[in-house]
Amino acid sequence: MASSTATRVLAPVGAAGNLFAFALDVGRGLFRRPFQLREFIQQAWFIASVTIIPTALVAIPFGAVIALQVGGLIKQFGAQSFTGSASVLAVVQQAAPIGTALLIAGAGGSAIAADLGARKIREELDAMMVLGIDPIQRLVVPRVLAAMLVAVFLNGLVSVVGVAGGYVFNVGLQGGTPGAYIASFTALAQLPDLWVGLLKALIFGMIAAIVAAYKGMNANGGPKGVGDAVNESVVITFVLLFIVNFVLSAIYLQVVPPKTG
Amino acid sequence: MGVEIEVNDLTKSFGKQLIWGDVSLTIPAGEICVMLGPSGTGKSVFLKTLIGLLKPDRGSIIIEGTDIASCSERELYEIRKLFGVLFQDGAMFGSMNLYDNIAFPLREHTKKSESEIRAIVMEKLDITGLIGTEHKLPGEISGGMRKRAGLARALVLDPEIVLFDEPDSGLDPVRTSFLNQLIVDLNAQIDATFLIVTHDINTARTVPDNIGLLYHKHLAMFGPREMLLSSEEPVVRQFLNAQKIGPIGMSEEKDADELAAESDQELPPLPPIPMQLEPSNGIARRSQREPGAWCREQGITPPPGSFEDNISMAPGA
Repeated sequence: MASSTATRVLAPVGAAGNLFAFALDVGRGLFRRPFQLREFIQQAWFIASVTIIPTALVAIPFGAVIALQVGGLIKQFGAQSFTGSASVLAVVQQAAPIGTALLIAGAGGSAIAADLGARKIREELDAMMVLGIDPIQRLVVPRVLAAMLVAVFLNGLVSVVGVAGGYVFNVGLQGGTPGAYIASFTALAQLPDLWVGLLKALIFGMIAAIVAAYKGMNANGGPKGVGDAVNESVVITFVLLFIVNFVLSAIYLQVVPPKTG
Repeated sequence: MGVEIEVNDLTKSFGKQLIWGDVSLTIPAGEICVMLGPSGTGKSVFLKTLIGLLKPDRGSIIIEGTDIASCSERELYEIRKLFGVLFQDGAMFGSMNLYDNIAFPLREHTKKSESEIRAIVMEKLDITGLIGTEHKLPGEISGGMRKRAGLARALVLDPEIVLFDEPDSGLDPVRTSFLNQLIVDLNAQIDATFLIVTHDINTARTVPDNIGLLYHKHLAMFGPREMLLSSEEPVVRQFLNAQKIGPIGMSEEKDADELAAESDQELPPLPPIPMQLEPSNGIARRSQREPGAWCREQGITPPPGSFEDNISMAPGA
């Protein structure tokens, strides 16, 4: 009885350990040749094609909400001229990487988990291993790299669309002046904000793809197992991403001093 | 010439559930073996353990001096090049057409030119009767064709050992007969070691040189075909003749009451042993033995009517 309780309590630790071991395998696979360029390009194209439009559609209201919220707040402080700056800071540092991550996990990651899960239950992955080919090197590494690449690009897209959306709402609805919005862009924001946003996107893309691939490759129990794997991969990714985002933001705010004046 | 597989004291369990324990057998080089067993006795698990997809809890599997159960990942990938495996549903890569599927191992593991690859792939397609379907996707062909395509892919690297996971599941009896003939012809041609996992009794009675029976978490018997077909051992006898009377019940084994209730029932006599399937070109396989040779050596009289042409197949099959 005691041992079974211990087993149950320690089960999540084991699962986390397996996921981490899988991530290490992927890391080792990164350097194994031949690199699967074709698969990488195909996957990058596929992930981009399923994420670009939803990302743009999410980014507009995201930028708008920030503009409305921050704009209203800043008006109360009497600092309307800094609306643009606050909006850029919020979008570039937080909204863009998080928005990217949600879509990479929700659209790209679920597709990866479903694809690998289906291959797993059809025994395609077993067949591949029996043919002497490592599925991690052949299938997972290109997908992880593709997700990272697309995440970086999507991050740029969300930044631009979000800031533009904020501009439209601030100028159009809140009666802000275009000049003030644009002129204050660089008042608070600085270049490292952009770098940290890109770095976050890169890490989020990696986590999303690794979790999705791990869950997909460990699917079992027929079609239902694949569905469960997709579901779990999205949930786990979301939770991980928000935790990692918090840690990265905290470190960044400590390391990089905020711009003054 | 095929390779011998030596299995010692192999034990596998999932969590607390024992699948089978202490399985020891030697699969002789170049011969056809069939592993039988009621549904759910871990036949497929046995097969996957042999190729190192599953790690056994205990025991060893020795192929050409390497123990698959304990060797490194790198050695495992190396030793797997000796294997060709036909998976239950063919396990074709869904995103590639049949030609690319069959060419896949060649493109990955050899430096052959496309024209050489083409020659090999077309030859394998020809053997398995799939000429004309090479540009179809796996989703567009029937289950039987997928199986044959899986077989073509398994053969493309000239394996020393070929494993078949239920080659006859989901096929009609005629296609099963053709596939069985194909298996025998292939063995005659490439001399590899064949292991077929199945629960089709007709296949088990007519194709192999040796039969093994997994039952109730252990290997009940393993030996030459004629030994099992003439065996009076209750489990072997019940299974190989598809009878209800015997220790195997609907779900698992029967309990004492059920066994007592049928103890006074007369067992039907053993049916005659059929002839072994011969290669279609009439030239005997290297490992093939004369019909009845084992029975004569052991001084066992086979059931009346054995080894005659045109005897009917197993009852209930």
